[in-house]
Amino acid sequence: MTLDKAVLDSVEAAQPEAAANPIAVRFQQVARHFGTVRAVDAVDIEIRAGEFFAMLGPSGSGKTTCLRLIAGFEQPDRGHIEIFGEAVEGVPAYRRNVNTVFQDYALFPHMTVLDNVAYALRVRGMARGERHAKARKALALVRLEGYDDRRPVQLSGGQRQRVALARALVGEPKVLLLDEPLGALDLKLREQMQVELKELQRRLGITFVFVTHDQGEALSMSDRLAVFNDGRIVQVGTPEEVYDRPRNRFVAGFVGASNVLEPAVAEALCGRRGLYSLRPERIALVGPGEAAGAEAVAVEGRIDSLQFHGATRRLTVAVPGATLVVMLTAALARPPRVGEVVRLAWPRAALQAMDES
Amino acid sequence: MADAALPLRAVESGGGLLRRLSDLLVTRPRLMLLVLLGPPLVWLGVVYLGALFALLLQSFFSIDEFSGLVRREFTLRTYGELLQPANLDIIIRTVTMAASVTLASAAIAFPIAYYAARYARGRWKALFYLAVMLPLWSSYLVRVYAWKLILAKEGIVTWIFAELHLTWLLDGILALPVIGGPSLSISYLGTFLVFLYIWLPFMILPIQAALERVPASLIEASGDLGATPRQAFATVILPLALPGVVAGSIFTFSLTLGDYIIPQIVGSSRLFIGQAVYTHQGTAGNIPLAAAFTVVPIVIMGFYLWGARKLGAFNAL
Repeated sequence: MTLDKAVLDSVEAAQPEAAANPIAVRFQQVARHFGTVRAVDAVDIEIRAGEFFAMLGPSGSGKTTCLRLIAGFEQPDRGHIEIFGEAVEGVPAYRRNVNTVFQDYALFPHMTVLDNVAYALRVRGMARGERHAKARKALALVRLEGYDDRRPVQLSGGQRQRVALARALVGEPKVLLLDEPLGALDLKLREQMQVELKELQRRLGITFVFVTHDQGEALSMSDRLAVFNDGRIVQVGTPEEVYDRPRNRFVAGFVGASNVLEPAVAEALCGRRGLYSLRPERIALVGPGEAAGAEAVAVEGRIDSLQFHGATRRLTVAVPGATLVVMLTAALARPPRVGEVVRLAWPRAALQAMDES
Repeated sequence: MADAALPLRAVESGGGLLRRLSDLLVTRPRLMLLVLLGPPLVWLGVVYLGALFALLLQSFFSIDEFSGLVRREFTLRTYGELLQPANLDIIIRTVTMAASVTLASAAIAFPIAYYAARYARGRWKALFYLAVMLPLWSSYLVRVYAWKLILAKEGIVTWIFAELHLTWLLDGILALPVIGGPSLSISYLGTFLVFLYIWLPFMILPIQAALERVPASLIEASGDLGATPRQAFATVILPLALPGVVAGSIFTFSLTLGDYIIPQIVGSSRLFIGQAVYTHQGTAGNIPLAAAFTVVPIVIMGFYLWGARKLGAFNAL
């Protein structure tokens, strides 16, 4: 009872601070140029405390540079960066309470697993016994026990990843930065780690900033995500917002697959002006006699190609003025065939207007 | 029609003897290894180890003091002679010099190598290699004699000190016991400076190679985890560069131990091991004692490597 009360009190005590300053990382018009290359160009971000924030973009879009600006490996050429309300311009990485899981893990090859994990505590001057005990706890947290005396070279990729994670978490950072941490893992392990990372973040309540070029990863893991292109942020929002309402052509094509209906095509097919995005899974095949529904657009087309993906089938269908990608469930009574003429239909609500730029 | 010219068989057969030989070697990697490694191994085994063994054998013979001939009987008398104070002085002098030269060249080489490995790119890297290697293009003797002139009492160093009104400083340094002397070119300090200059490239290059293999992310990771630059150096950079430092120190240490030209041209007239070997096998005709002197650097290097291994210098390899 008393313990519970103490915990509640401390939570309450922490509340006003959290409420007064819910922003973990704030970028204001931040720019970082390398020679003539504008790696990051006038970026504004607000990452809220305790959220899982993904920075998504193709390589060279500026997402990793943004991560390095938060870590302190790079300094901005222009603009302002705050971490939990404190300006960090001129503050070196070693004086920021922010830790990083590196893309190549960057484990120290000359140290054991335990010494790697205890490193942050060692440089703070913590006694050997105490820091090893804490390092063991961190290793238990990432479910990697019994490897204390191994060297990094003796571990598999997945195990190295866990060591890197434990090492970054042991110092209890305020923000954890993850630079494509799952990129080097095979598919099965990657999916498993996605679940584990998300679960870990929920349990610890630490702000995670996750850089990835894998849109599936960003969608499935993050609370909010920022889509980067050419050193700028194109769109920020929850995964649902970004997927359902892509702001422009780039987001529509990069986050998931999309049919982009050019203004002329949109006008001809749906009677609407402007640039539209139409997700392939929103399109259905309707039989010759079936009604398409009152609020639906129906159009006839010929199947150009067909791919079987197990759970789904991907079709490309030539309709007047465009070729549409259609994603169907594989469990169909009568599978379609190439060359067949079919009728496609989608609800008007599935059409998402986008900026024409 | 052009297709008809191409052979349609799955496997091409035939060909000359050379081609069959290369087929044989490619499909049997062990045979290839044998062909490639055989000659150098024979060379190493017979010429190098054989010579070393002959040398060791000689050191267990002794010289007949009346006839001056080598007595080919097993004895430890020569080693007894080696441990006499005069000879022991030579050994201590040489080892101290080699150790000082090694420490000083490591201290000077590290920042240079670090810059070259971490920061120099493209043109600057080429310039670095050129600057480090350029001295090796000219003759060793020419460079040593040049240094004798530089360090001489009438040389440029004395002149610079005089122009800067620092003659008192140079005189003060030369007045130091043991390392001083009448002029830089006739002092241990001078010998030390020349050794340092001549062997520096052999320290810079291995350290640079070792630092080159340390990923930049490791240094960033240590900073990220809260290590100050000093801590990052002590806990990450230095341990990972240590194999390079040890490799470099093997060069500088053993080269200094064995050299007999530099101390003869620049320095006091007291002997170093190399000079002692030279004198004993030449004018004195005492081959066994010369051989025993040669064993000293071998034994010292053996202990040196063993110690380095114990300290974990090769752990990061």
